[in-house]
Amino acid sequence: MISLRRGALAAASLVALLAVPVAANAHRQWMLPSATVLSGNDPWITVDAAVSNDLFYFDHNPMRLDGIAVIAPDGSKGEIKNGATGKYRSTFDVQLAQPGTYKITNVGDGLMASYKQNGETKRWRGTEAELATAIPKDATDVKLTQSQRRLEIFATRGSPTKEALKITGKGLELEPVTHPNDLVASEAATFKLMLDGKPAAGVEVEVVPGGNRYRSGTGEMKLTTDAQGAFTVKWPGAGMYWLEAGVRGGKASIPNAERNASYVTTLEVLPD
Amino acid sequence: MRLPVYTAALTGLMATPALAADLELSLEIPRLTVAEYHRPYVAVWIENPDKTAVKTLAVWYDVKLKNNEGQKWLKDMRQWWRRAGRDMTLPADGISAATRAPGKHQVVFKPGALPAGQYNLVVEAAREVGGVEVLRAPFQWPPKARATSSVKGSSELGAMSVTVKP
Repeated sequence: MISLRRGALAAASLVALLAVPVAANAHRQWMLPSATVLSGNDPWITVDAAVSNDLFYFDHNPMRLDGIAVIAPDGSKGEIKNGATGKYRSTFDVQLAQPGTYKITNVGDGLMASYKQNGETKRWRGTEAELATAIPKDATDVKLTQSQRRLEIFATRGSPTKEALKITGKGLELEPVTHPNDLVASEAATFKLMLDGKPAAGVEVEVVPGGNRYRSGTGEMKLTTDAQGAFTVKWPGAGMYWLEAGVRGGKASIPNAERNASYVTTLEVLPD
Repeated sequence: MRLPVYTAALTGLMATPALAADLELSLEIPRLTVAEYHRPYVAVWIENPDKTAVKTLAVWYDVKLKNNEGQKWLKDMRQWWRRAGRDMTLPADGISAATRAPGKHQVVFKPGALPAGQYNLVVEAAREVGGVEVLRAPFQWPPKARATSSVKGSSELGAMSVTVKP
């Protein structure tokens, strides 16, 4: 059975493999900034962070704040303030002390393993550092999955800048062609998806407008990246949009592991 | 009395027409019967027909608030902010000024040297606890003769006209 399945996988095109969304039915993770385009000398934003099906409503779980990082316009490390976690959502503030574009990220890089020991299937979840001692020496049928996820939002005081937008070259990332804080309803926006710093072609991107409690359809758009990893979004109107893309089954940075990588952002599109 | 007139005429002759020419804005800020009224923030700028900004002529906002707090709301003039405001340093001499009360206002600008061609004068008003409105009036620069174009707002702005004079 196993070899048959592998054969089938090999026969499938790489594009098809890459195009599978990471967890199509999973709850959506999101961060929602109070504003993304700001003026003045001391603007702050406040951010809601939660996990839910409906966007952007808090009705399931709060997002944990320990993975949140702030990158200031000059590339230095910023900080979150007034972090708090409630029943359904977390909130935190970011002071935009510098002019330019801030990036706020929640990045995870974890490992999952399943293996058999004495005929019993076992599961493990942990980090790369723990891996060496985590799997017993007599384990068989070891299946390792590396899970890289990245959530990002952007906010700009004054003119948009690019330093904080630089990608790390690890996992799935968004490389802006259109600046993510320069979005208006009448203009299409183009972005690139990069996997380990290289264009991620044939990846499906889901774009969902917020506010679905007040309409019947989800309004979601499905797009696919081209050979350069690029995709273009034509906004149906102004508002907050949730964007997700995922790559499943690629080669991992850890030997003998499969890698799933996902990218999520929230983009604000302003009226003209 | 004669001497100043003579001097003014001479200066007018010597200056290039474009530098001397006037752009006169007549703008009505409507009186609104609302529970909480704040004077609107207003930006006035020149744009090309493709809507790229050429020059900001005026920004009326709460210039006197401590710590420049009035600047926090400049981004509410969304089009101006995106096309010009966010790249400017404010307050700016001759551009920043206090908000204006409801009524008719006449302001004369000297746009100076601009490449000859068609432009719009754009006015964007954003009011606290209120809405946003943008009006555009076309004009030709440099003006060969006196010419006026008029538009009318429907919410945050009233009648607007732009007159160019050589």
